[in-house]
Amino acid sequence: MTNHWIDYQNSDVFINIGGNTAENHPISMKWIEKARETKGAKLIVVDPRISRTAAVADLYVSIRPGTNIAYLGGMINYILSNERYHKEYVENYTNASYLVNEDFSFDEATGLFSGAEDDPARNATKYNTETWQYQRDEEGNPLKDPTLQDPNCVLQLMKKHYIKYTIDNVSKITGADPEALEASYELYSSSGEPGKAGNLLYAMGITQFTHGSQNVRSCAIVQLLLGNIGIAGGGVNAQRGQSNVQGSTDMCILYHIVPGYMATPQQATHPTLADYLEKETPASGWWTNKPKYFVSLLKAFYGDNATRANDFAYQWMPKLDGRDHSHIALYKDMGEGKVEGMICWADNPAVSGPSAANKRNYQKNLKWLVSVDLFENETASFWQGPGMDPAEIDTEVFILPAAAGYEREGSKANSGRWIQWTWKCQDPPGEAKSDLWIANELFKRLQALYENEGGVVPEQITKMFWDYDGPDGEVDIVKVCKDINGYRVADGSLVTNFVGLADDGSTACGNWLYSGYYNNYDQPATKNRNREKEGIGTNLGWSFAWPLNRRIVYNRGSADLEGKPWNPDAPVVWWDELQQKWVGNDIPDIPGSWTLEQSTENPFIMLPEGVGRLYSHSALNDGPMPTHYEPAESLVPNLLYPNATYNPVSQRFYEDHTVETDEERERYPYIITTYRIVEHYQSGIVTRNIPWLNELMPELFIEISEELASELGIENGDMVAIESKRLFKDGNQSSIEAKACVTKRIKPLIINGEKKHYVGMPWHWGFKGMSNGAVTNDLTASVGDANTAIPESKAFLCNIRRAG
Amino acid sequence: MSQLICVIDASKCIGCRACQVACKQWNQLPAEATTFEGSYENPPRFSAQTWMRVVYREHEEDGNVSFLMSKQGCMHCTDAACMQACPTGALYRTEFGTVNVDTVKCIGCNYCVAACPFNVISFDRLTNKAQKCTFCYDRLNAGLQPACANACPTGSIQFGDYRELINQAQDRVDELKAAGKTNATIYGLDEVDGTAMLYVLADKPEKYGLPVDPQVSLQTRIWSALFKPFRVLVIVAVAFGLWVNRSHSKKIEQAKSEAK
Repeated sequence: MTNHWIDYQNSDVFINIGGNTAENHPISMKWIEKARETKGAKLIVVDPRISRTAAVADLYVSIRPGTNIAYLGGMINYILSNERYHKEYVENYTNASYLVNEDFSFDEATGLFSGAEDDPARNATKYNTETWQYQRDEEGNPLKDPTLQDPNCVLQLMKKHYIKYTIDNVSKITGADPEALEASYELYSSSGEPGKAGNLLYAMGITQFTHGSQNVRSCAIVQLLLGNIGIAGGGVNAQRGQSNVQGSTDMCILYHIVPGYMATPQQATHPTLADYLEKETPASGWWTNKPKYFVSLLKAFYGDNATRANDFAYQWMPKLDGRDHSHIALYKDMGEGKVEGMICWADNPAVSGPSAANKRNYQKNLKWLVSVDLFENETASFWQGPGMDPAEIDTEVFILPAAAGYEREGSKANSGRWIQWTWKCQDPPGEAKSDLWIANELFKRLQALYENEGGVVPEQITKMFWDYDGPDGEVDIVKVCKDINGYRVADGSLVTNFVGLADDGSTACGNWLYSGYYNNYDQPATKNRNREKEGIGTNLGWSFAWPLNRRIVYNRGSADLEGKPWNPDAPVVWWDELQQKWVGNDIPDIPGSWTLEQSTENPFIMLPEGVGRLYSHSALNDGPMPTHYEPAESLVPNLLYPNATYNPVSQRFYEDHTVETDEERERYPYIITTYRIVEHYQSGIVTRNIPWLNELMPELFIEISEELASELGIENGDMVAIESKRLFKDGNQSSIEAKACVTKRIKPLIINGEKKHYVGMPWHWGFKGMSNGAVTNDLTASVGDANTAIPESKAFLCNIRRAG
Repeated sequence: MSQLICVIDASKCIGCRACQVACKQWNQLPAEATTFEGSYENPPRFSAQTWMRVVYREHEEDGNVSFLMSKQGCMHCTDAACMQACPTGALYRTEFGTVNVDTVKCIGCNYCVAACPFNVISFDRLTNKAQKCTFCYDRLNAGLQPACANACPTGSIQFGDYRELINQAQDRVDELKAAGKTNATIYGLDEVDGTAMLYVLADKPEKYGLPVDPQVSLQTRIWSALFKPFRVLVIVAVAFGLWVNRSHSKKIEQAKSEAK
C-alpha cells in the first residue's frame, strides 16, 4: 500500500476493484464505515458478482472476469476527455509533459507496441524498448512540453491510446451496464478535485491475470491523474491477504529480488559487483544510494568474510541463469525431473497453485519433500490425492510441525508497511517449533555438512555469517533484529536508519527498508504502542513503517506547489516558511536538505525523473501503457484489437494447455472465476481444522446464476461436476465436484451483444483436514503475468453439469 | 424498559459472522455438523448449540439485486412470550432488563419454545432444558459488552445505553432514507413493547427474515392469565408428570440395558 489501513478514514470515495474487502480484510471495513459516517464517503465496488462487499456498496458495477483494463481504461478516457484530472498535480507531479521518442507507436490491428520481437525461449513476444524512451537533450535531460500540446507528449499519447475506451466499447467488452459504468466514472473522478481523496483498493482480482501487472499500472495511472497519490485518504492500496505477506515480500520471498527490492544478480549481466552496481544504480533519484544498501546487505550475509578485497563476497552470492524460476516455471522443472527435493514452508501449492492436479503429479518426481506447517497439508500428502497410487510413489516426505503465530514472537508487516512486533502468548504444542528455530537449525546443520563434506561452491554456505544462538538451545531473536536493522561493523552499534548505511563495508544491514525498526535495544520502534490522540491517523508512535516510519509514501504530493496542503482538513506534510523545511503529520518523503523548489521538482523521489509515471518506458515488459487483452482463455475475441488475443508477452509455458479453438470453446462454454470467503483462509489447512469455521462453511460450492442453473437443470444444493481443459488433459480425474449455490448475485453478461454465463468458486478445500472437498485449482491454467508470472486464477473457462 | 441494549445496524453488516463464532467461543458451544444446502446460512436453524445466527437473504426488484445480512437471535422482549408461557418462572428478567433461562427452575416443558414469536429458543434434548442467547449475562456482570458486539468489525452491533443508542439509530434511519432507502426503519422499538436487541434495517423487516408483527399469541396470554393463580398447583402437577415420566423412562432404560 502507498497508504495504510487507518488512513481509509480520510477518503471521500472508495473504488474497490478486484478485491473483496468485507470478506478478505473484514477489519478494514471499520475504517470505510468511519469515512462513510463522518465524511459521507461513497463506496464503489467493481466485481463480477455481488460479494459481501458489493452488498454494502453505494454503487456496484458488474464486469466480466479479466476485463479490468477495459474498465479502468474507460475511466482514464473519461477523466481525460472530460478534463476531470487534477490539473496542477498532473502538470507538475507527473510525466504528462514529457516527450516520447517520435518512433513510438501502437498498432491497433495487432495490439502491439513498437519494438515487438519474437522471444522463442519463452514462446512469446518481447519488446525492444528503445522507441519507448523519452526524447532527451544533449545532456541527457528529458524534453518536456509544459503546454501539454505536443502530439508526442505523454498526455497526448494517453489521450490517443485510450480514445477507443468509450462507455459503449467498455460496456461491450465488460458486459457492464453503461449507466452504471458512467455513474462509477463520474463518482470516482470527483476525487480529481483538489482537496478530495479517492482511495483505490485492490487485491488478487487485479493481480492474478496474464496482464496483472498492467492492471496495477492502470490503477496507478487513474490515481495519478486524479492527484490521489501521496495524500491522506488516497493511494493505490494493495490489500494483502495474509498477516505477514507484506513482510515476506519485503524479505524477498520472490526469486527475482533480494531483501529491500533490489534485483537478484544475474550471472550474465552482473558477473562482478562493479557490473551489478553500475547497471542497477540509476543516475538520479533515491536509488542512487543502492550501492550503500547492497554492500551493507553483503556484509550482513557474509560478515567478516566480506571485504573490500573480495568485492564483499559478491562472488559467493547465488546468481540467476536468466530463466524464469517463479512458481509455474519451478513446477515445470519438477515435472521434467530437474528438481530433486523441495522444502515447502508454510505453503500448500497442491491446493493453492495453478493446475494443482498436475502439480501433485509432478511431485512424484521428487526424491524428498519437507513440509513445514501447522497441520498435515495436501502438499505433504500429495500421494493420497485423487487418482494417486501410493505404491508407485517413492518420494520421502518429512513433516516439521510449526508453531502458530501466537506461539512465537517476532515482527509482522501489514499491508500498510507497519512492522509490528507480536509477543508469544503460549508455548507451541508437542514438538512444534518456531520458524526461526527451524531455520536456524537447518542452516547450522547445512553449514556443518558443507564444511565436512564440501560441495559445489561450498563457500556460499560455509562463509556465511551465522550467529543467532541464544541460551537454552533457543534462537536469540534480538541478534536477528540487529542484523535486519543494520549496525556499524566496528563497534556493533545499531544504526538509527538507512541514512547511516555506507558502501565501504563499514555497515551491515539485512534489509535497508527495515532499517530503523529496531533502532535501540530498550524500546525498539517496532514495539512502540502509542496511540495517536489527535491527527490524521498516521499514528507515528505505533510500531514502525518502512521506509523511515513514513505512513503515506510520496507525501510531497499532498501539498501544492507552494507547499500548502491540498486538503487543510487532513494535512499530511507542509512547507514551514519560518523553519524553511517540511513538517507535518507524517515523515516527509523529501530529503531534509532540499529546498521547496527541489521538492516540487521531485515529488516522486524513488524515480530518476522525480515525477510520477503516467507512461512508463521501462517498468514493465509488456508495454508503457496498459492495453486491453483478453484472458488466456476467453469466449470472445479482442473487440478493440482484432488480431490480439491474450497478453502477447506472457510466457507460454505449456503447449495445448488452454482453450484456443472454437470447438474447445463449445466444450468449455462458461467463464469461471475463483475467490476466497471470509470463513476460510487460503488453502484452508488451518481453518478446515477448526470445527466452528467448518460449521459455517462446511463444503466446497460453486455459485451459479438462476438462469444458467435453470438451463442445466441444476437445483440449489445439487452436486455439480466442473471440468476444465487441465483436468481433461492431465488430471487423474475427469472433473471435480461441488455443491450448487444458485444465486441472484450472479447474472449472465451481455458481451458485445451475446449472452455469456460465468460461475464462481472458492478455492479453500482439499483432501486433508476435518472438512474435505475438491481442489478448485485443479481447474486453473498454468499461465501467468508477463512480468511476475502470477497465475491467471481469476478468469478461465469450464464446463459444468449436474453430477450423477 | 431495559437500560442496556444492542442496536444491530443491518445496513453495516457484512455477514462475516465474527459474532456467530464469538458467541460459540465465549459460551463454549460445540460446532454442529452441517452441510452446504445452497446458502451461506449455517447452521440452518437455532439449536441448543447455536444461539445466534447470521441470516442471509437475496432479493430482486426491478433488476436490482440486494443481499441482506443480519445477526439474529433472542430479542429480549419487554412483553416476553417466553416469560408468560413459562410455568415455573425459569424465564426471568435480569437486572439488566434482558431475559434469561434459569436452568435450575426449567423443567423442560418446551412451552417457551412454542410461544416465542421469533423462534429463537431451543430445547436441549441432552439436558431437557430450554437454551437461548443470554445477552452474555456473565460478561454484563463483569462490565463487558456481549461477545457478538465485541467481535463485530464494522460497528454493526452497538452495545450501550438505551437513550443514546436509540437516538443514534434514528439518525441512521434518517440517513438511510435520505440515501434513497425509503423503507429504512428501526425494528424492536414498538414490537412486543420494545426489545433489548433492536435493529436498524435498510429495508422492510420481512426482507431480512424477521417477523412483520411479532406478537405474544392469544393462547399464551390466556394460558398465562389462567395458570398464574394456580402456579403452585401447576408446578406440582407438571413436576409430578415429569417425575412419573422420568421413572418410567429409567425403567425402560434399565430394561433395555438388562436386555443387552
